[in-house]
Parts: sequence; C-alpha cells; structure tokens
Amino acid sequence: MGALNAIVLVSLLYVALLFGVAFAADRAAARGRGTWLRSPIVYTLSLSIYCTAWTFYGAVGFAARSGLEYLTIYLGPTLVMIGWWWTLRKMVRVGRSQRITSIADLISSRFGKSNALAVFVTILAVIGSTPYIALQLQSVTISFAAFAAVDPTHTGEISETGVALWVAFGLMVFTILFGTRNLDANERHHGLVMAIALEAVVKLCALLAVGIFVVWGLAGGVEETLSRIDESAIARWEVPGSRWVGLTLLSAAAFMCLPRMFQVMVVENEDEAHLRTASWAFPTYVMLMSLFVVPIAAVGLDLSPAGANPDLFVLTLPLVNGQEGLAVLSFLGGFSSATSMVIVAAIALSTMVSNHVVMPVWLWMTGGSAVISGDVRTVAIRARRLSIMVILFLGYLYFRVSGGGAALAAIGLISFVGVAQFLPALLGGLFWRGANRRGALAGLAVGFAVWMYSLFLPSFGASAVMPQGVLENGLMGLSWLRPQALFGAQGMDPVIHAFMWSLSLNIVVFAVVSLVSFPQPVERLQGAQFVNVFDHSTPSGGWTGGLAQSEDLMIMAQRIMGAQEAQALFAEAAREQGVSGYLPEPTPDFLGRLERSLAGSVGAATAHAMISQIVGGASVSVQDLMAVADETAQIMEYSSQLEMKTEEQARTARQLRQANEKLTQISVQKDAFLSQISHELRTPMTSIRAFSEILRDGAGIRPDEQSRYASIIHDEAVRLTRLLDDLLDLSVLENAQIVLNLQEGTLGPLLDRAEVAAGLSEGEMAVRRDARADQIRLHTDTDRLAQVFINLMSNARKYCDAAEPRLDIRVAERDGMLQVDFIDNGNGIPAGQQGTVFEKFSRVSENKAGGAGLGLAICREIMARLGGGIEYLPGQAGGAFRVYLPAVQGAAVEAAQ
Amino acid sequence: MSPERGHVFLARRAYFQRRLMDAARLLPVLGAGMFVLPLLWKSGEGARTVVVMFYIFLSWSALIGLGWIVSRRLSGPETADPAGAKGDADEQVRVSREG
Repeated sequence: MGALNAIVLVSLLYVALLFGVAFAADRAAARGRGTWLRSPIVYTLSLSIYCTAWTFYGAVGFAARSGLEYLTIYLGPTLVMIGWWWTLRKMVRVGRSQRITSIADLISSRFGKSNALAVFVTILAVIGSTPYIALQLQSVTISFAAFAAVDPTHTGEISETGVALWVAFGLMVFTILFGTRNLDANERHHGLVMAIALEAVVKLCALLAVGIFVVWGLAGGVEETLSRIDESAIARWEVPGSRWVGLTLLSAAAFMCLPRMFQVMVVENEDEAHLRTASWAFPTYVMLMSLFVVPIAAVGLDLSPAGANPDLFVLTLPLVNGQEGLAVLSFLGGFSSATSMVIVAAIALSTMVSNHVVMPVWLWMTGGSAVISGDVRTVAIRARRLSIMVILFLGYLYFRVSGGGAALAAIGLISFVGVAQFLPALLGGLFWRGANRRGALAGLAVGFAVWMYSLFLPSFGASAVMPQGVLENGLMGLSWLRPQALFGAQGMDPVIHAFMWSLSLNIVVFAVVSLVSFPQPVERLQGAQFVNVFDHSTPSGGWTGGLAQSEDLMIMAQRIMGAQEAQALFAEAAREQGVSGYLPEPTPDFLGRLERSLAGSVGAATAHAMISQIVGGASVSVQDLMAVADETAQIMEYSSQLEMKTEEQARTARQLRQANEKLTQISVQKDAFLSQISHELRTPMTSIRAFSEILRDGAGIRPDEQSRYASIIHDEAVRLTRLLDDLLDLSVLENAQIVLNLQEGTLGPLLDRAEVAAGLSEGEMAVRRDARADQIRLHTDTDRLAQVFINLMSNARKYCDAAEPRLDIRVAERDGMLQVDFIDNGNGIPAGQQGTVFEKFSRVSENKAGGAGLGLAICREIMARLGGGIEYLPGQAGGAFRVYLPAVQGAAVEAAQ
Repeated sequence: MSPERGHVFLARRAYFQRRLMDAARLLPVLGAGMFVLPLLWKSGEGARTVVVMFYIFLSWSALIGLGWIVSRRLSGPETADPAGAKGDADEQVRVSREG
C-alpha cells in the first residue's frame, strides 16, 4: 500500500473519529451529561479555528519569505483576547442577551433590526469568506499532492479538483449533519464544537511534534537551530514598521469580525466566564502554534532543494526524512485546520444567508403569513442546509476558477481586510450610542468599495478582472485613483495600503453620516440597549402589543422552535402570569421574550417581522412613538378636561349652594305661608262659624244685627273664595293650562282700569304716568295683563311706607320689548328677599296684612305665558318692578303720532 | 469575625476588584507597547531575528502570565459565593457606567 492510499485511509478513519466524537458529544449533551463539554478549555480550543490551514502551512511559508512578520497574525488576536475586558466581554454579553445568531445579526440588530444592513453584511461576508474556503480546499489538495509526489506506487498526477470536490462534499455532509441538527442557532452545537476542539488539539500536537522533530531531530538541538536561523536568509529583523503594526491591527480587527470567529466566540459561547479563561489560554495556544515556525522555516530552507514550496515544509520535512508517521500527523493537523475552519465558516455564513436572505424572501413570497402557510421550521432548516451547500459549492467553484496557485495564497490577508470593514459598525455600535443605521450602511459601502477596488479586484492579477491601464494609471486616467496608490499614497504595501484607506474612509463616512443623520426610534432603543448592556441586561422589549392572539403566536412558535420547546415556553410564561394552561396573555414582556427565543432560530430581524405580522405591526415605529406621544397628549388633554370639569363642578357647586339657600328660604317661606294660610283660612272661617252660630241660636236678634252678621259672613266667604281662586289660578298657570285670549288694546285705558281696580283712584297715593306712552297699542291678553298691573299697583298701595306715597309708571321700548316700570317711593324690598319675591307664598313682611303671597308668583306666571317677564328693579328710589312683553310692530311710531 | 471587619474587608476587595479591572484594561496597551518595541531596534545594522524572536516570545509569555493572574483574580473562586458574585455584578455595572 502506497503512502497516498495510506493517507486516504487515515483521513477517512480520522473523519470517522470526528463523526463519532461529534455524535457522542451531541448524545451526551442531549442526556444532560457531559459537563466537561461546557468547560472553558473546550471554548478556548474552539476559538482555535482562527488557525486555519493558511496559518498551519502558510505560517512557515510566511516566515521563510519574510521572517518574523508572520507573528503579526497571532499578535493581533492575542491583544484582542488579553483586552477582553474592553470589547469581547461586551460583545458576548450583547450576543447572549439579544440572542444574536451571527455578526450580520448583531449589526442589523444594533442598527434598528435593519434587514438591509443584515443582507449587506451577509453578502460582504460571503464574498470575503468564499476565497478563504477555497484556500482551505487548496491546502488539503496540495497536501495530498505532497504525499502523491513521494509515493512510488502512484504514477501520474492526482486530480486536484477531484480531491477538492470530495473534500468539499465530505465537509458539506458533516456540517449539515452536526451544524443544522437544531434550528436554534443559539443552542450550542455540542458535537460540532467538540469535534473542533479535538481538531484543535490535533493541529497543535502536530505542529509541536514537527517542531520538536525539526529542532532536536534534524537540527540537533536548540543551539544548532539558532545558529541555522542566524545563517539563513531570514537572519535579520527587517520587518517594515508599517507592515508590522498594520498587520497586527488587521489581524486584531479580523479576529473580531470574521463570521466564523463570531460564531465560536459569541454564538457558541456557553458561559461568559469562559471568556475569562480564554483570555489567557487562547494567547497561549497561538503562542505555542507559532513557537516552532521560525525554526521549521530556517531548517526547511537549509535542507530543502531550492524552489521547494516553503508552505509545505511542515509536511515535506518529516516526509523526506522518512518520518511517515509524523508526516501523517502533520497532514492531519493541516487537514483539521482546513476542515474546522470550513465547517464553522459554513455554519456561520449559512445562518446569515438563511436568516437574512432566504427567510425574508420566503416570508415575502408566502405573503408574510407565517401562521397560515407551511412549516416554518422545516423551511428554515432547509434554507440553512441549502445555504451550506451553496457556500461550499461557491468555495469549490472559486478554487476551480482561480486554479489554485499564488493568487489564492495571498487571499488570506485580502479576506481579512474585507471582513475588517465590519469593525467600525461593530465597535461603533457597541460603544457609541450616536452610531446609526445610515452611518453603518454608508461606512460599510464605502469601505467595501475601496476594498474591492484597491485590493480584491487587483488580487486576481493584472488584466484578469481589472484592466492593466486602470491598475497603472488609475480609473479614467486619474493618477490619484490608482488602485494601489490611492490619493498619491505610493510605495506602500498593497494590503496595508488597502487596509488603511478602506478602514479610514469607512470610519470617516460612518462617523460623519451618523453625526448628520437622525436615527429611527428602534435604532435609538437598540443603541441604548447595546451600549449600556451592563446597566440593564434585561433584553430589549419593543412590543406594545396586546392585540396578538396567543394561539396564533403559539402555532407559529411551534413551527419554528418545535412543539415541545414552544409549549414549555408558553406554559412557563402562563405560569408566571398566574394563568393556567398554555396560553399566556400577550404582554409586551412575553412578546419580547418570545421574539428573542425566535431570534435564536431565525435571526432578530425575521423574528421581529414574524411577530409583528401576528401582533399587527406592533414594532416600535415612528407611528408607535407618535401614538405614545398622542397618548401623552390625550392624557394631558384629559387632565385639562379634568381641570375644566373641576371648575365646572366648582361652578355647579356654587350654583347648588345658591339653589340650596334659595330652597331653604323657600322652605322657610312655605312654613311661614302654611301658618299664614291656615290663619288666613281660619280667620274667615272662625268669623263665619261664629256669626252663623249666632244667627242659628240667637232668638232675640235684631233684624239690623242679623243683616250685619249675614254681610260679615258673606264678606268672609268672598275673602275665602278669593284666596282659593288665587290658588287655583296659580295652579292653572303653572301647569300651562291657561288659554290666552289675545286681543287688541291700548296701554292707557288698561292702566286706568287697573288703577281703579287697585284702589289707587281714591287719592291716597299719587300716580304719575307718562301720558305720551298711553297710546301704545297692545296685542296680548289684556285681561291677564291688567291682572298683573292691578297686582303691582295694589302691592304698591299696600306696602309703600312713604309719608306721601307716590307711584311712577314709566313706559319704554327697547330691543323689541315694551317695558312698563312701576316705581314707588317706599323702602322697597330688602336685598335678601329680592330673589324670592316672585316665589309662591312669598311675603315681604310678616306684619303687614295682605294677600296670601301668591300675587307676584301669579304675575310671573302670567308674564311668562304672555312671552315677556317681570323682574324686580334694584337701585331705584323705592320698590320697583319692571314688566316687559313683546312690543307690537310700529307701536312706538303710533305713539309718537 | 465582627461585622465591621467584614465590611472593611468587602470594601477593600471591591477596591481591588476595580483596580484589577483597570489592570485588565491596561494589559492590551502594555502588550501593544511591548510588541512594537522591536521596531526601534532597526536602526544600525538591524537586530538579529533570533534576539527579536526571544524577546517577542518572552514578552508574550509575560503578557499571558499577567493576563492569567488578572483574569483569575478578577472573579476567582474565592468570590464565587452568591453574595460575592452579586457584589461583583454590582461592581461591574457601576464601572461600566463610569466607563
């Protein structure tokens, strides 16, 4: 059996082992066993996917070409990990509290759950990662080729593309099997992480073993190795400062921004405390990984024939020195580096693609009704599996098209610069509340464009994609637009040049656009949530619902999360709310929690969209905030209404108090009247009874006495009748049963008649009348009007207490009303009684004899029926009453004539 | 152990926790400084790769050692009791507000 067959067999066995480990870990996790699966060491080892085949093989090649420069690729991440307290801690906390599924999800979630941003980041990540996947396929392929070259039984070339295809296919199967087992990307992929951890151990052991073999086996000890380094081409420290610093920064940025790093660092993070261990353990890991690189490179350069590929020294040094076992271990190390990177990258990218591209499109195509249409869970998993296939196929395609070779080898750093464009949006989003979606989009777009123009497109070689003329003379012949000397920055290393310009312009545009544009409400809410994540780790709400149907939500949640999980979630929420059964009230709290749970499966933006479909667009939009504002306005309006009502109530209370006083007075009057009326009724009745008894019993009564007694009885009976008539009259008037007898008349004669009837013509009281007004014509019930006049005149006669009583009768016409004032020169009515003088049974003086106090009440009722009124005129010489009624048209003119 | 003493002890620990956070923040700055230092050696005929390599790996180890100490002390097992953890969380919140 030749070496090639052996290596194929070993690879297959190794893959089978990985499958077994992953499967066992998944089973252990499912059974709740295996706490060691969640140890910080496993977490640290999973971070080692940073060390891809590019670093495994390529680091030695890098060192062979440019000395210690390769260290920058490890020093950057070391600084990031050592500085975990600044950034990573916050990233992990945000990722956990917001149930972030990918870096695209984080950026989109931070900037208002904007799907446009998520799509943009996803596309950029795919473009940046595809060549990197191709690079891994290439490394596996060339390592196979290295074995084929020393295999005497093998004749002819091995099919590079065939190997790459098989590797891609195997990785696809593995990734789909262990990477899409559960839909919730927030659930840890225990099996997968375990397999990656194992691969991390294998690659570290492999590199250390090769290093030890080279130092102590080939070189013959540390001293000899150091002297070989001193004699080699890389003996001098000649790293340009810009590259040293620039590449360190670049690798630090890429470490935070690479989708696969984000996946293992944030998404697969089991416990924030693991970061604490990883902060020193991961630097240790990469330090060990880079420890023997320079010795291997130096010894390789010394021992290998000129023109040998330094990238493969790790493999060829043991191989040509007869250490086949070590060579196989080294091969497995490279194989592990390549496969773990591809697997995690495929998972990270497929999550992004399915959550931010496929699912929104699917939701849109199905009319966005997640409840009615098919099983979302199946769709999401299929989308993810399909995405994995597409991504791996793209990687393979890139490998085929580029044909491997030198162009591909340089792609590592180019890819780094591409993903580093996420950095401003990422860090800006985590630390600057003013950062907003427009700024992030603009910054990313500019950075991406610069990267494309100055690094990615030229990387295909002159005239491949970008015309030679553009490369040499700049776009449209503008020399300051030369892709590798932008704005006159000549003589720089292309990678550093592109890194500097793309990131600087990215930051500047991001900052400036953020400064001048105004964010949406959701962005501001999320901004506060992200930047102040340690102040309030309770995740963001944003649901103002209450309209949502819990049942619909449950149907949807079951489809996405699975029936068991969804029911458990709902039942727990219901229990917390004190509701029995499975359907909690759709409170904002519950909706927020459900959204985060769903976000773990389908991403924040999609989850938000799905719930808003059911809840009815209850996401925090401008409209919502306006509604909130409206509500506030309503509350303010309501309170002002309350104030008004309070005033009104105070007014009413005042009125009521007045009314009460009036009622009390009336009650007093009534009591007074009752005693009065009983007296009034009793007095005549007593007389009538007494005199009628005399007439009945008295035998010796003289006829003249008899006549006198009879007339007394008659007079008293008349008085009684009059009293009863008044009462009856008032009752009729008050009940509006009166029938008016309208007729023509003149005021003068009416007043004359009233004077006579009131007894004023006897001369006790002087009456002064405006003679000119006597001719005023009337069209009214003159008898009733006369009754009013009589009443007023007799009152004046009765109550005027002046020495020389006088009554002035004045007539005027104003506003279409005829006014007749009756003013005497007495004391008038006291102010306290003016309000009640028109009430029934009202009597101004208890002492003065007179009527029953019904006169003015009757007058008021009569005048109301006649369309006018009667009121007391205060502030006159004495008692004054004004009677007014509608004037006849032209009456005044007639009077003037 | 009297309550007063316990109180003093807690305050002291909180104080050191905050200094440790400061240290955690400063470590990457120190690391960056150490890693760019070899650039200054370029003047003259240039330093030997071996020397720079030893320097880098030594400072790398030192950085890792410091990181290990800080991260262990920052919330080590001695503060794993619930009260301590709670105090820790409060402390973190407060400091993040300051920062």
